[in-house]
Amino acid sequence: MEMRVKTNKLTMVQAVTDGLRTMLQKKEEVVLLGEDIGSNGGVFRATEGLMEEFGEERVMDTPLSEAGLMGTAIGMAINGMIPVAEIQFLGFIYPAYEQIATHATRIRMRTMGKYTVPMVIRAPYGAGIRAPEIHSDSAEALFTHMPGMKVVCPSTPYDAKGLLIASIEDPDPVLFLEPLRLYRAGKEEVPEGEYRVEIGKAARRREGSDVTLIAWGAMAAQASKAAEKLEQTGVSCEVIDLRTLYPLDKETIAESVQKTGRAVIVQEAHATGGLANDVMGVINDTSFLYLRAPITRVSGFDVPVPFFSLEEHYLPDTERIIQAVEKVIHY
Amino acid sequence: MENGFEMIQIMDENGNLVNEEFKSYISESLTKEMYEKMILVRTFDRKAISLQRQGRLGTYAPFEGQEAAQVGSASALKERDWLFPTYRDHAAAITFGHSLPHVLLYWNGRMEGCTVPSGKRIFPPAVPIATQLPHAAGAALAEKRRGTGNAAIVYFGDGATSEGDFHEGLNFASVFKSPVVFFNQNNHFAISVPIEKQMNSRTIAQKSVAYGIPGYRIDGNDIFAVYFYTKQALERARQGEGPTLLEAVTWRYGAHTTADDPKKYRNQEESLSKKRTIDPLLRLERYMKNEGIWEDDWANLVQKEAEEQIEGAVAEMEAFPPPDVNDLFDHVFAEPTWTIREQKEEYMNQIRGAGR
Repeated sequence: MEMRVKTNKLTMVQAVTDGLRTMLQKKEEVVLLGEDIGSNGGVFRATEGLMEEFGEERVMDTPLSEAGLMGTAIGMAINGMIPVAEIQFLGFIYPAYEQIATHATRIRMRTMGKYTVPMVIRAPYGAGIRAPEIHSDSAEALFTHMPGMKVVCPSTPYDAKGLLIASIEDPDPVLFLEPLRLYRAGKEEVPEGEYRVEIGKAARRREGSDVTLIAWGAMAAQASKAAEKLEQTGVSCEVIDLRTLYPLDKETIAESVQKTGRAVIVQEAHATGGLANDVMGVINDTSFLYLRAPITRVSGFDVPVPFFSLEEHYLPDTERIIQAVEKVIHY
Repeated sequence: MENGFEMIQIMDENGNLVNEEFKSYISESLTKEMYEKMILVRTFDRKAISLQRQGRLGTYAPFEGQEAAQVGSASALKERDWLFPTYRDHAAAITFGHSLPHVLLYWNGRMEGCTVPSGKRIFPPAVPIATQLPHAAGAALAEKRRGTGNAAIVYFGDGATSEGDFHEGLNFASVFKSPVVFFNQNNHFAISVPIEKQMNSRTIAQKSVAYGIPGYRIDGNDIFAVYFYTKQALERARQGEGPTLLEAVTWRYGAHTTADDPKKYRNQEESLSKKRTIDPLLRLERYMKNEGIWEDDWANLVQKEAEEQIEGAVAEMEAFPPPDVNDLFDHVFAEPTWTIREQKEEYMNQIRGAGR
């Protein structure tokens, strides 16, 4: 007999709340902490109602202090708790970077496993919502480069909840990036209760045969839009949404590129030192002889993410993706 | 008087009790125990420097002069408490039960040096400055949530008070009433920069006012003041009354690490004169002589036993099995990621081929 799972139509930010609630109910050790997450429910309402439901000891409004927040969460994590720390915007994580880079990511190795940091850092990120300056950074490469931490980035409500639950259950620190532009971009059926989306597995969003588009976060949605338009001109695109940025899903990337022979990687972050370069490395190592054109990247520029009056020029749009695809098709 | 934070002493430089309130708590056995511990760690410190000079240990951070601050404070801890040290607090860690060979292994570049005897809650030394303060606030908060009555102590130097994490750690602990003792060892220099160039406030203890918590400036070379005031602060923490900031005023005779030369920034005459006047071991010796509980034979035996114990630890450190290359890869994640798995496999094949 088929089991029917009850679902609700949720936006991504509602799915995040649902995932947090599910884990707060399941495990006493789970504790949320961050700036304005309590009575205000988070500036994006991701923690709305949770303090009322679980109390101030489980959902803690903290002082405005990213390093203090991260360091305190690390201390709680080494002592048996599972903190989910919210950084209000990824662009504000830099003061906490030292705590993450010098402690969270290396405590397991330094103590040969005696102390571990099973914590999650939730951080809304990315441009496209006309936020003030600094708020819109895509700094994921700072974290994928730092050994000892997993980096996860959903692009759908379903994945957001499933990946969040998997991240909270992961025994190692996970940076959980929530693309701001997709928070309320659409609704999707999301199962009630517990389910997991495996960390380290990419999703094939669209089947295609001519070129593989590889993206994550808000750019995964952008790549799908470009693929739809290209379909009308007779170009068949396969779209891979990475979902986990470290470790990358080598198999899915290789399988797709070996099928299509062409790859365009789309990232919102700056080009130099970005994650797209690592995806190129994976393709080079696994699929070099299958390539029919050089791998191409569409990136934000090597400039600070600009004030919002210019952000549409900074962000890769469907037009730039389409041009890149045409370039590799006609190479 | 320093802004209301006058230096607290129980015993003065000549070994006289100046605070009779504590007299009944200072037994002969407590006194002797403190002296034995201080001799052990001073002998350890001197030995470690000598091993470094001989190339048998890597760069080492000495603490001679700070024995009372570290031994006195760590002696006040209970078995299930937490200790968050910096790279200069091996005396505190040893007092709290860290193993001597493992402390030496740490300074010999071995990860095993961060592992402590089972049941001991001693965190690996913090190498960045002041980052361990929020950890202590968080670990202590977890104890408070569980209602255990356990507390944490966290060590830091005077330079650490300039870092943001110092303020963030104190602020978090004070807001959430974490059962933690912030234990500052003011040895007057952050590597080469003197405290006068580090901060414009007269004392470190006074910084407690900003966080609404008690702060005490204590004579860090007076082991009784350190021991009893730390004990009192820990007791306060256990009662749910929150954190305390202790400033233990002390002096380090030697270099920041064996890699630098203190003659370039510390007045050597001053160090020498402090060694003759305020030294924590000398002071306890004077006290014991005043009290008529000093015996030369006993002191010689204490010194001899410390040396034997340390020689044993050095032998154990040097006989330790060579480092295992697997440890380079196996402790980064609970399960290694494919990148680490592949890198390990390739490298292991390479070194096997090369016979390394």
